[in-house]
Order: sequence, then C-alpha cells, then structure tokens
Amino acid sequence: MFTCTVKNERFQFHSIREVLAKASEEKSGDKMAGIGAQSYLERMAAKVVLSELTLKEIYENPVIPYEQDEVTRIIYDDLNQYIYQEIANWSVGELRENILSHKTNSSDLFRICKGLTSEMISAVAKLMSSIDLVMASQKIRPTAHCNTTIGEQRRLAFRCQPNHPSDNPEGILASMKEGLSYGSGDAVIGVNPNNDSVESVSRILHMTHEFIQKWEIPTQNCVLAHITTQMQALRKGAPIALMFQSLAGTQAANNDFGVSKAILDEAYELMAKYGTSTGPNQLYFETGQGSEVSLDAHLGIDMQTLEARTYGYARHWKPFMVNNVSGFIGPETIYDGKQVIRADLEDLFMGKLHGLPMGIAPTYTNHMQADQNDQEIAGMLTALASANFYMGVPGGDDVMLSYQDTSYHDDASLREMLGLRPLREFELWLEKIGIMENGRLTERAGDLSIFK
Amino acid sequence: MDIQAIVKQVLEELKMAEHKNSSQLSTPNNKEKVEEIVRSLVFEKEKVVRVDSPIDRETIEKVQSITPARIGIGRTGTRMKTREYLDFRIDHAAAQDAVFRGVSEEFLTEVKLPVLQSKSESMDEYLMNLDSGRQLNEASRKWAEKNLSKNKQVQIIVSDGLSSSGIEANIRDLLPALIQGLQVKNISIGETVFIKRSRVWIQDEIASITNCDVVISLIGERPGLATSKSISAYLIYRPNQDTVEADRTVISNIHDGGIPPVEAGAYLADLLADVLQHKASGVILTQLKLN
Repeated sequence: MFTCTVKNERFQFHSIREVLAKASEEKSGDKMAGIGAQSYLERMAAKVVLSELTLKEIYENPVIPYEQDEVTRIIYDDLNQYIYQEIANWSVGELRENILSHKTNSSDLFRICKGLTSEMISAVAKLMSSIDLVMASQKIRPTAHCNTTIGEQRRLAFRCQPNHPSDNPEGILASMKEGLSYGSGDAVIGVNPNNDSVESVSRILHMTHEFIQKWEIPTQNCVLAHITTQMQALRKGAPIALMFQSLAGTQAANNDFGVSKAILDEAYELMAKYGTSTGPNQLYFETGQGSEVSLDAHLGIDMQTLEARTYGYARHWKPFMVNNVSGFIGPETIYDGKQVIRADLEDLFMGKLHGLPMGIAPTYTNHMQADQNDQEIAGMLTALASANFYMGVPGGDDVMLSYQDTSYHDDASLREMLGLRPLREFELWLEKIGIMENGRLTERAGDLSIFK
Repeated sequence: MDIQAIVKQVLEELKMAEHKNSSQLSTPNNKEKVEEIVRSLVFEKEKVVRVDSPIDRETIEKVQSITPARIGIGRTGTRMKTREYLDFRIDHAAAQDAVFRGVSEEFLTEVKLPVLQSKSESMDEYLMNLDSGRQLNEASRKWAEKNLSKNKQVQIIVSDGLSSSGIEANIRDLLPALIQGLQVKNISIGETVFIKRSRVWIQDEIASITNCDVVISLIGERPGLATSKSISAYLIYRPNQDTVEADRTVISNIHDGGIPPVEAGAYLADLLADVLQHKASGVILTQLKLN
C-alpha cells in the first residue's frame, strides 16, 4: 500500500500494478479497462510513488506472478542476475537520470538492459517526456542480421508491404515493384496474406523469393500468416528468409494468438535449419499497445506495461525486427493522434532498452481522431529517435488490412530529411539498378516499369 | 423615438457609410473579381499513370487495373503529387464523416423507423467504451418492452455502427427488399427499429425483449478508404448466456460496389428462412447444411 500527498491532496495505491497503471499517460484503453488515473493530480501522485520505488521492489513484485504466466517466466529466466544486483538499489527516478546522463553511453545502456525486467523499463518510461524518450532512444542502437544488417548508424530501412485484397500474385508483384522503385524493401519484402492456407502462403513465398533471386536484391522475404502456417509451408519446402508472428504481453493473450514458448522455440529451430537466410536473426515480431485489452486478457495491467512485457518475451528469440503497430486497433485502445504519438515514442524507447531492433508503424484507423498529419508527426519524431525501420505501403493506403501506414513516399522522405541511407548492401543494389545516387532518388525512381 | 431605435438608426447609418467607403475602394477590380470566383469543380477519382516519363506506360496502366493499391502515382521530389494527395485525403475525409457525422434526422423521418438509443451518451463514449454501445438505455429498453411485438419469427434492427453513410446509402433499398422477401415466405416480422450508437451485441437484448426466433442487425461497417458506405448483416438464432461469436452468421460488404443492397435483401430473406428451418445460425448452421 502506498500513499502520496501532492498539493494537499492525498492519494492511495494498493499495489505496484496500480501505481504503474495510474502513472501512465492518458490512453483510452486503460480508461476502458477501468485502471487509469481518475484525475491529473492522481496521475502525478502515482508518478511520484513510482519515481521512489527501487528496482528491487519492482523485481519482487512482477505484475503477474512467475508461477502463473509464461511471459513473466521468460523475462525472469533471461535476466542477468549479476547486472541486476549491481543496480537493484536504484530508484526508478535514478534509473531515468542514469539513462539520460552524459556519463552513460550506448554500451553502458546495453549492459544495464540485461539487468532490467520489463516492468522496470515500463516504469522509467512513465517518468519520461517526449524529448526524454527521443534523447534516450537515440543512444541505443540495437543491430541485427538476416541477409541485410539492420540498425546501423545513419541508416534507415523499410519493409515493402505490397498487399492485395485477394492475394492476386500480379497485384502483389506490381506493388512490390513500385515499393522497390522508391528504395523501400531493405528490411523485408513482407506480404500480409488474405488467405491463410499453406498452399496460398507458399505460392506468395515462392513468388517473392524468385523475384528477389532474379533481381539479386539483398533483402529477405516473409509472408505474415500465422506462424504455424508458415512452419508447415517451410516443412513443405517453401523458401522463407524471415518468419513472422504477432505477440502480446500476457500468456492469456498469447493463447488467443495461438502462440507459446514451445511453438516459438520450434519455429526458431526450424528457421535455423531450413530458412533461406544467413541469420542469426530470422524472426520478425509485431506488437502494439492494446491487443490484451481488446482480447480481454489484460488482467488489470496497463497497456504500456503489457507492451514492455511483450518485448521482454520477444527478445528471447533474438528477432531481426520488432514492429510496433500501436494505433492499429482503434479508438477503444488509442483514441487520437496525441495518444498514438505518445505510444510510438514510448514503445520505441522501451523496445530499444530491451535491446531489440525496433521499427515503428505510426498507424491510424478511420474511426480514430487522427489523420495523416498526426501520422507524419509520429513518423518524423520516431525517425529522429532512430527507429530502425518503417513500413512502406503504396500511397499510405493498405487495401488489404484497411488502415493507413507510412507510404513509399514517406519512406523516401524520412531518409532524405534526416540524411539517412538505406542498409549498406541494399544501397549498393539501388545504385546498381540506377534508382539512387549519393543517397538521393534519381529521375528513374518511382517507376515500377523499370522491372521488366 | 426611444433610445433603442436611435441606437439602431445610428448603427445603420454607420454601416451604410462604411459600405459606401469600401465599395468605392474596391470598385476598379470588382467586376473582374466576380468573374474569377465563379468556378464549379467536380473532383472525380481517376486512375491514370502519373509517373513522369515512365519507361513503359502500358505496363503501369495494366497493373493499375489489377490492384486497387495506389501505384503508378508518381512523385514530386519524394512527395505525392497534388491530385493524388488530395484524393487520399478525400477518401479519408469521407471515412471520417461516415463514422462521426451520425445518421441524419431527415433520413430517419423518411424511413419512418422508431429510434432507440444505446447507453452511449456521446460519440466519444461510443467509440471508447465498447460496452456502452452493446446495451439499450433505460428509456429505450422500457419503450421496447412496451411497444415491440413479441414472439415473431424475425426481428430486424438497423444500427449505425461505424458508418452512418453506409446506412443512408443502403437501407432505403435493402429494407423493402428484405421485408418483401420474408412476406413472400409467410415469415412473421416484428417492427423494424433503428438504434442510435449501437454495436452488434445489442441484438441479444432486443431478441430477449421480443422473444423472436431470429434477430438480424443491418449495421454500418468500419469504413475503409476504398468505400465508406459498406454495411454488414449479423444474424443469430435465439441468443442466450452461452452465445459465442461463432454462433452469429455474418454477411459483409453490402454496398453498390460489393453485394448491391436490393440483391442483399433477397439473399438475406433466403438466409433467414434457412436459419428458421435449421433452428441455428453461425458455424452450427454451416455444419448442419453440410450434413
């Protein structure tokens, strides 16, 4: 039990879980779950309590007990006890100052992060403003390698997302060529299938693989079907460079997603054995604040903390990319542009502090109070905060999933405005086929008919 | 003359003087200006190749016809061209209006449906608190208990859902076709109601109040950029405490570019007859029909 008096008003919190929830910046999903702060001052009182908690206190009180939840078990089993002991007596407020201090460099942060549980990382983000989050995120540059190396300084990658509403192969191919002609596709060429059958998924895998071979593109292919479908396709000989799955921050929500440690272990081993890519990082995860709320599997924990736990779970399988799609569900979890921008900045920071190669999809659905302007602001801010990658969708309009995401045009713009280059191997390829020169698109770029 | 009248007169005189001054100032250009501002534009969506000097224009034209994706749209610098940018924003604006504008009073008067309301007091509450749209408010519940016919075979609900534009575009054609189809089959029908700010699950409450065999909701879908005017039909046979989502039969994509509303009305009448015959909906109905 904690009490805190601010401006002569006294607030009471019954558990660390409640402190975490009430210290969160306002989001509609926490409100719908009935766990958010009731007033502005209550939120601040919770932040004060949080700032004084020690990492040891958080460690000893996971939001879901170790015995009850697979996500908690992975987070605790993967923790480096030696490093944790070094910092166990820090308060969350001290952790924040350590992260932001000039004395703490990138490799210090990589070391600290081995001793942090996801709840600690969520806690410190609740004490950070937008600029805090950007400054801290810039310091942490996790890299990974599949066929290309992602996350290096001064480089920004994109997933080419050439979806078609009925998986028409010619349609997918056309959008893929369009994306490549804008320099989008160095993170992955990843198709969301409409039809989740093994046959259909395999067909798209073969098609993308053959195109990549024919044009000698340094990248990886992926079809974002359910992981068990991809595993079956792989066993039947379909060429997969990167395997995909959506994850959540409670075992209950992961059950609803049809995924578990056993399945992910199996997928990891299958990819090492049969995947077409070099690796060692051969998995691609998607996450986002709110999935547990919408599945009614949040157990009274705030969306941001659950998102952090998702990262604690994800890092066990050393993914090549983790893409955050907060904003994909709708206004019942993230109401407006302001909430999306905040979630994107929090998630990027939290993912990086878990040592993950994070990308951001600043998305909005049509029933949210958000529009293209909000999306572009979120894109620019997270690019400034050194996100590893974004999605690339033709004209920003995903005609299969019916939501808006960053466009091929936005991808090229983010690189140009911040002086960022494509991934090393991919940039050479773009130069070879005449789409890019000195980091800028050439006259030839944006014309899909260059791929005959 | 009283004080108010004097004030009024003075104000009018001042206004006249002002008008005179301003019209004197603007006289030289006045005529030209009037001609300039008379312009009527119709923005039509067009799929054309907007890439500057493409290597193979025909190829781009061909692939533009096989995907609704925004490709072959060209660029200026790294940005979209003006027309394509506006086209994208227009599609999003239509989608936002579909969600946020609400079904108009004129429409509700025209179709003569009794208007009930969910527990959502505002659009914000409706969008953020899903449960509030799944139950009738007190007044509507009482009204329904008192006025709706009981023990009919079919009860129809019109729900705004997430697209008021979808309701306004389809219900005028769909509803008469559906009702006529049911009448031909001698299926008894309760009075159709409109429920403002309502979601699918509210049909369970209406079914329980009316004790109907099957309840069908015609509800506005979450709009996409491709269409903001699509609706779905959700129907369920005698929902109860143990009902799960798989017990509902769903027909989606009802609009002029998908299943046209008149056709949908006839189809739904047949489907309802099937549900009544098998005394089941959803996955169970599919299984029964396979056997």
